[in-house]
Amino acid sequence: MTEQIDAGMVARRIAESDRLGSPDPGREIGRARRRKEDARLITGRTLWTDDIQLPGMLYVAFLRSPMAHARITRVDTSAARNQPGVAAVYTGRDFAAEQGSLPCAWPVTEDIVIPDHPPMAVEEVRYVGEAVACVVATDRYKAADALEAIEVDYEPLEPVLDMTEALAEGSPKVHEAGNRSFTWKFSGGDVEAAFRDAPVVIERTYVQQRLIPTAMEPRAVVATTDGTAFTLYSSTQIPHVLRVMLALTTGIPEHLLRVVAPDVGGGFGSKLQVTAEEVLCLLLTRRLGKPVKWTESRSEGNLTVHHGRDQLQRITLAAERDGRIRGMRADLLADMGAYLMLVTPGIPILGAFMYNGIYKMDAYDFTCTGVFTTKMPTDAYRGAGRPEATFAIERAVDELAHELGMDPVEVRRRNWITHQEFPYTTIAGLTYDSGNYEAATDRALALFGYDKLRAEQADRRDRRDPVQLGIGVSTYTEMCGLAPSRVLGSLSYGAGGWEHATVRLLPTGKVEVVTGTSPHGQGHETAWSQIAADAMGVPFEDVAVLHGDTTVAPKGMDTYGSRSLVIGGVAVLQACEKVKDRARKLAAHMLEASPDDIEFSGGTFSVRGTSAGKTIQELALAAFAAHDLPEGFEPRLDADVTFDPQNFSFPHGTHLCAVEVDTETGMTKIRSYVAVDDVGNVVNPLIVEGQVHGGIAQGIGQALFEEAVYDSEGNLLTTTMTDYLIPSAADLPEFVTDRTETPATSNALGVKGVGEAGTIAATPAVVNAVVDALRPYGVRDVRMPCSPERIWRAISESGGAAAGWAGPTEAEGGER
Amino acid sequence: MPRITVTVDGIVYEEEVEPRLLLVHLLRDRLGKTGTPVGCDTGNCGACTVMLDGRSAKSCSVLAVQADGSDVVTIEGLARNGRLHPMQEAFHAEHALQCGYCTPGMIMAAVDLLKDDPDPSDEAIRRGLEGNLCRCTGYCNIVRAVRRGAQEMSGEGVRTS
Repeated sequence: MTEQIDAGMVARRIAESDRLGSPDPGREIGRARRRKEDARLITGRTLWTDDIQLPGMLYVAFLRSPMAHARITRVDTSAARNQPGVAAVYTGRDFAAEQGSLPCAWPVTEDIVIPDHPPMAVEEVRYVGEAVACVVATDRYKAADALEAIEVDYEPLEPVLDMTEALAEGSPKVHEAGNRSFTWKFSGGDVEAAFRDAPVVIERTYVQQRLIPTAMEPRAVVATTDGTAFTLYSSTQIPHVLRVMLALTTGIPEHLLRVVAPDVGGGFGSKLQVTAEEVLCLLLTRRLGKPVKWTESRSEGNLTVHHGRDQLQRITLAAERDGRIRGMRADLLADMGAYLMLVTPGIPILGAFMYNGIYKMDAYDFTCTGVFTTKMPTDAYRGAGRPEATFAIERAVDELAHELGMDPVEVRRRNWITHQEFPYTTIAGLTYDSGNYEAATDRALALFGYDKLRAEQADRRDRRDPVQLGIGVSTYTEMCGLAPSRVLGSLSYGAGGWEHATVRLLPTGKVEVVTGTSPHGQGHETAWSQIAADAMGVPFEDVAVLHGDTTVAPKGMDTYGSRSLVIGGVAVLQACEKVKDRARKLAAHMLEASPDDIEFSGGTFSVRGTSAGKTIQELALAAFAAHDLPEGFEPRLDADVTFDPQNFSFPHGTHLCAVEVDTETGMTKIRSYVAVDDVGNVVNPLIVEGQVHGGIAQGIGQALFEEAVYDSEGNLLTTTMTDYLIPSAADLPEFVTDRTETPATSNALGVKGVGEAGTIAATPAVVNAVVDALRPYGVRDVRMPCSPERIWRAISESGGAAAGWAGPTEAEGGER
Repeated sequence: MPRITVTVDGIVYEEEVEPRLLLVHLLRDRLGKTGTPVGCDTGNCGACTVMLDGRSAKSCSVLAVQADGSDVVTIEGLARNGRLHPMQEAFHAEHALQCGYCTPGMIMAAVDLLKDDPDPSDEAIRRGLEGNLCRCTGYCNIVRAVRRGAQEMSGEGVRTS
């Protein structure tokens, strides 16, 4: 009953909407193209990793530690081995000689402690959920049954759960080498001088709670071998990086290992990882000679997909009475969890360059200590270090404004880099190439109705309304487009930050774009088609984008850090230009003209000043036939580019949030949310808007709903979606979004990246709004997530108002 | 093992199943209907939503034996005669999906929502889809899509399973 439905048919049926502005006529870039990807996604004809069925395939299930910290004293698999349908049962000891250690590619300091990280625990477990044994069986149910028959004896050890206590003398140790992994320092300007005699000093501690990324598709892995070569299908963001790392970890030669990322259902950093399950599935298929599949359950995923954030931030600002910031200190403890995974230690370090935000200051000092605990390791989660930094500075600036009795927008104006000052080298050493914070902020204030909301807030305060209005401001920037390879090298990262593209003009004039980026919801098939269609002068429909398979797209650095368009998209453009350079030579030959006299427009190469021309399709066929080519001209119209950027890109924007907080119940309702982002030039406004929407939702999630909670024994209490709350449609408002466009000067497309902006901006906007609502009660912070209970407690414990105003009381009876 | 008869996307299947087999695993592992994905194990996310005798059901929370004698429509059976369902078109038109993993369930839930309320307000849409989680879109475009789908469907009558 499957009907043939293709993207073209879908496209024909749906008129282009101009909701997002009219593009230049005849240009693909800037046009709100509906996505090519959708045709398979809306009809259920996707291929997720768990959809893959191979002949003779066996199913893998992992037995996981129920203890946060324990020595494994005995594992008995014999009963499990004898259960029906069970092909094999293995413990960590069975793979001890070949499983290696899961890699950490970012040793941030010379003396960093990187503990051995066996994919399956051999002697000791260090977090609840760590794999201890595995079953391979003929179906999912039988594999799960057999897990229950495995007996493990543990000798409990002390859990290590609190970072400050972990660093104290006499703390139980997660690893022999102790609980400190590294201390990384950075400093710019004379911080002592900035703080000496500073008229105003703001000192705050913020808790970046632990988050669970929660991509909708749980992880899955399929591994197979023909006895010589191996193929690994994985729900991953990084097929290329994974191939290299798996080859190094397992010893399977890189050229005999193919990694495929089929359709991938979201990542948000959580699939930027080399996982125990990927390594073990490869080892299992090697040992058993059969294809194997492992798919996690959500509960298993909450335990064992790397977590995000989890930092303790001590922030100190020194300022003048007029609001000008003199300097800043950021002192962090970052919870690594039990092991260092792929980029675990680098995450807080990425934030180091962002604590100064969009502001000018004379001095800045940053220290971060990475701490081991007996919890799931942390690693990249949307924004990865930058949301934490932005939260800290944006919260602290609001505190400064409050301290000085100034409007928070005004304090920002007095400190931010003005648009005339770009390019601007910040105190953290980055050179922001372009931006216009004034324009984005003014636009946001207008859309938000800032003054009117302030008036309403004053009125509610006067009336001592039990429902108080809070207004939150967040003016953020971020470093995107990870990253110039030389910068990554200077930060001790184990790889480069380039991206690869191949563009092939096929004999019939169609175009194949091969990209090293690996989309999992970002719409690269559509956006890269737009870039190539414009550059090559071919119809959008005539471009196909290939990705996510190391055989099809052999070279790449994959998708994370808002890098894909800024680096990968630029690589596509450059590869198109190279193909056109070749085509121009061929056209000149065929038209008997000099290449210098050949113009290109709308897909046709013509001799300047004449009507003689060749279409790119005609040239494609001519190159294929190769009957009459210029001397020494290879018969091909294709090109490769590996593009390494010279700088990061710096999207920015202003987000404003209004919340209504019921001071009697602690319930927060987002009344309105306005985001004006500047992501430079826009290839597809529909995709950009979608990224902003989703980013804001995740930022709100951190602010109001989400937290991974461990109990005092190190058990994760939030293993299900009932306990770990990601926002539903009912929890969120309609977002008002708009853009300013200040092109990036660092790349040919003028683009900056948009994947993380919303998440980075939203969290401080919302928390600033919540705190703003509660200022009359003397509340100056609410720990995230700002749940009704936390808000209610903050009010109850504030013990009266800073402004001599304790809010509505029973006796006064607030209006209802 | 119990023997069940279940119609899925217009095909009648006779299957012997373990009593504990979930409907979603019958669909995915036995019948090859992988268009319906699994997003959680506690009935929270709604990714596996299908139509069971004309009403939406989370197929991870239904045993295959409970579906004996039932008519199941999955996302793969929603398009008819080469034409997408208006809700599928609306999700495409409004960019109501990014990774697309929640989309099959979201579309099925949206179609069901309109059976009770053919012209829902934005708030009713948000409430009605509370049991279907999306991590990519922030829901704004999903709400727009459901509104658009409702308009399209009101023009030609509700056409579902």
